[in-house]
Amino acid sequence: MAGMNKVEKPLCFHCGDTCDREHIVFEEKDFCCNGCKTVYEILNQNDLCIYYDLQKNPGISLKSKKFDDKYAFLDNEEISKLILDFNDGEKAKITFYIPSIHCSSCIWLLENLYKLTDGISHSRVNFVKKEFSADFNPSIISIRKLVELLSTLGYEPSISLEDSNKKSEKSINRSLYLKIGVAAFAFGNIMLLSFAEYFGFEGLEMNVQRFMSYLNILLSLPVVFYCASDYFKSAYSGLSQKFINIDVPISLGIIVLFLRSLYEIISMSGPGYLDSLSGLLFFLLVGRWFQNYTYQGLSFDRDYKSYFPLAIYKYVEGRLRSIPVSQIVKGDEINVRNQEIIPADGILKSSRANIDYSFVTGESNPVSKEIGEYIYAGGRQLGESIRLEVVKPVSQSYLTQLWNNDAFTKEKNQNFEILINKISKYFTVAVLVIGLGGFLFWIDKDLKTALNAMTAVLIVACPCALTLSAPFTMGTTMRIFGNRNFFIKNVNVIERLLNITHIVFDKTGTITYNQKSEVNYEGELVMQEDFRNIKALAMNSTHPLSRLLAESIDENIDNISLEKYVEITGAGLQAVVGGYTYKLGNRDFVVQNAHNSFMTTDATQIYVSKNEQLLGRFKIENKYRDGIQEVVASLKSKFNFSILTGDNKTEEQRLIDLFGEASAYKFKQSPQQKLNYIVELQKSSENVLMIGDGLNDAGALRQSDIGISVTDDTSNFTPASDAIMTSNALRYLPDFMDFAHISHRIVVAAFIISFLYNIFGISFALSGGLTPLVAAILMPLSSISVVVFATTITNLMAKIKKLI
Amino acid sequence: MSVIIILIVVSILVALFFLAIFFWAVKTGQFDDTVSPSIRMLFDDKKQSKSKEEIGDKEQKKGK
Repeated sequence: MAGMNKVEKPLCFHCGDTCDREHIVFEEKDFCCNGCKTVYEILNQNDLCIYYDLQKNPGISLKSKKFDDKYAFLDNEEISKLILDFNDGEKAKITFYIPSIHCSSCIWLLENLYKLTDGISHSRVNFVKKEFSADFNPSIISIRKLVELLSTLGYEPSISLEDSNKKSEKSINRSLYLKIGVAAFAFGNIMLLSFAEYFGFEGLEMNVQRFMSYLNILLSLPVVFYCASDYFKSAYSGLSQKFINIDVPISLGIIVLFLRSLYEIISMSGPGYLDSLSGLLFFLLVGRWFQNYTYQGLSFDRDYKSYFPLAIYKYVEGRLRSIPVSQIVKGDEINVRNQEIIPADGILKSSRANIDYSFVTGESNPVSKEIGEYIYAGGRQLGESIRLEVVKPVSQSYLTQLWNNDAFTKEKNQNFEILINKISKYFTVAVLVIGLGGFLFWIDKDLKTALNAMTAVLIVACPCALTLSAPFTMGTTMRIFGNRNFFIKNVNVIERLLNITHIVFDKTGTITYNQKSEVNYEGELVMQEDFRNIKALAMNSTHPLSRLLAESIDENIDNISLEKYVEITGAGLQAVVGGYTYKLGNRDFVVQNAHNSFMTTDATQIYVSKNEQLLGRFKIENKYRDGIQEVVASLKSKFNFSILTGDNKTEEQRLIDLFGEASAYKFKQSPQQKLNYIVELQKSSENVLMIGDGLNDAGALRQSDIGISVTDDTSNFTPASDAIMTSNALRYLPDFMDFAHISHRIVVAAFIISFLYNIFGISFALSGGLTPLVAAILMPLSSISVVVFATTITNLMAKIKKLI
Repeated sequence: MSVIIILIVVSILVALFFLAIFFWAVKTGQFDDTVSPSIRMLFDDKKQSKSKEEIGDKEQKKGK
């Protein structure tokens, strides 16, 4: 085993990797590869070695990173203008997403880039979003040079088709911050001006008191017309759809508060409740801010565009020219180079291609294609560049046409009603009935008292505490999940988790490891020598399966020579090794007409023969993620399962062993079929949780009630979904489901507490005893106590459940 | 007592001034990224000369 090797290997000074393959010593420092050494040299020459003082081994490993003329397309102005934020020839602005930003050294180096090269006047890093923006002079340093410089340093920006339609999105939070600021300003000042009133101080002259009251009205105007505008809008749009949401009683409370205060001040019958009004808005907005917390570093709505390239090389009159991907039309001949993504369906014109579909299907073993074969877009070519004749333009390709489905255009989960809105109907009706009751009770006495009682009920019942309980409980839960690497898009996802009845898993890459495959040998006993010879033979081929096989055999193959090596494409290999003729390959190639017991399934397997005598076969199977068994076992009693996979039935038995007979298994599913399967489940009134990883799951993730994409690294691409989970968090899935229920119960408990406050307040109101002072105390007290209750209990429960 | 009115007006004006500063801060994006500045402010400008000296030392060593 490799882990047994105890020899201390030096760590790379730049990136911190072990220097095992290569070891370069430069200026008494160890480097693991030439790339790392080069970066050190560049930084050293430019006095930028603070980079290494800020963090230990801050660099990004540059092993196997080559970009020769990968970015030559950026010299094409038509393409470069797509990604520039601004350009007037002298000054240009550009923003990149750089996934490898990870520490303070990164920020420091990227912001000191101007010391490294001329032409950059200013650069900034947004650490959370992993965004790098620079002002530069394009006549001194071209975009291509800039990108290449970043790549040399290990900060390769991700440039994709998505960059071409950049929206200049301003943070939505900005207006919320402003509103909170205004509300806080008004709240503080109105309270200050009302102090005399609170303590019944009567020494003030009449005109001073009047002045203060009118100032209060002035201060409350922006609160009502600016800060509260969202609540009015939401209440109005709810009502126009004949639906009473929680914003209806809130708006009602705000309007009544304002009008009654206005009346009291103008008629000089009282000081009004403007302090309560602005305080109410302040707390509500803070609650909204807490709830709107988002993971800025993650993107929950990526489609194929953020994965597809921006430009591609097209053959124009025998020469290569880069064109934007969106301009590809049927019949174009394009050139796809090593490590590039194939942007459109096409027919292979080169003799052979080796395509890695891991982003699409989660399957890590590359697929070999022959000349004339149809190639689907989305794969990554490995090896030498290939020539393709485009059959369908980008948006109509097999994979991308999935995004033309209805599921992507309509708003998701429109019909889902969150708990608070379910309650608000009854709440609003009850408040109106009680208010009217109070009015009728006092009407005999006099109209003024009756109106006072009714408005007091509407004021005190304004569901501030009620509205705050869910945001703070769910917001805290969201952060707790985040600590466990389960990142949800918004707090509604937690409530939707409660209704899930059916869990659909994608197989490859989700419940199996992306990278690891198990190679198992089945057949007659073979001598160690045979294994060694087989490895030597497999080493000679570049075919992915041969590679995998060679890697799986742990033998020393020095001094083994091959003779008469033949590789037949699409069949297998053959050679004389150590005096025996070995054949490796598919069934037809290795065994002619033989019928043997282990030739039943068409698994990914390599047959092997020695001197035309069949020895056995190597089965290549996916390795299931650790802990997946426990996850299934603990979820089994509560949910139904389905497994969707694009693969064939090879692994059916293993899956049944894992998930049981009762689950549904669907093999060879296209992206569209996966989506359709979810639709069918939903038609039989199941609430579906889909867990997937690749682009081929994108439709199903979108259609399902909750889609969770699993990824090994959150800076990797993930298809649009409601939540993103790192693969090591998958084992906590049952805990997350449980905790969603706990949070729900906490919300209900907080509701009950705020109802108690309401009943208490209403009894005051009905008796006509709701003075501005009581309102000013009761309102913040109830809100703060509910917030404290919700956050502490949620954190406490998370501790008990060992989630934090 | 009218002096209190002047005081109130002044205090409100001061408060408005701070509110305006807050608006300016939000509008210029100072609340958009709250993490990077907290790291950025710890970068030490003085260290640079120190590291230069170190490099100088090394070059001297090499010279020997």
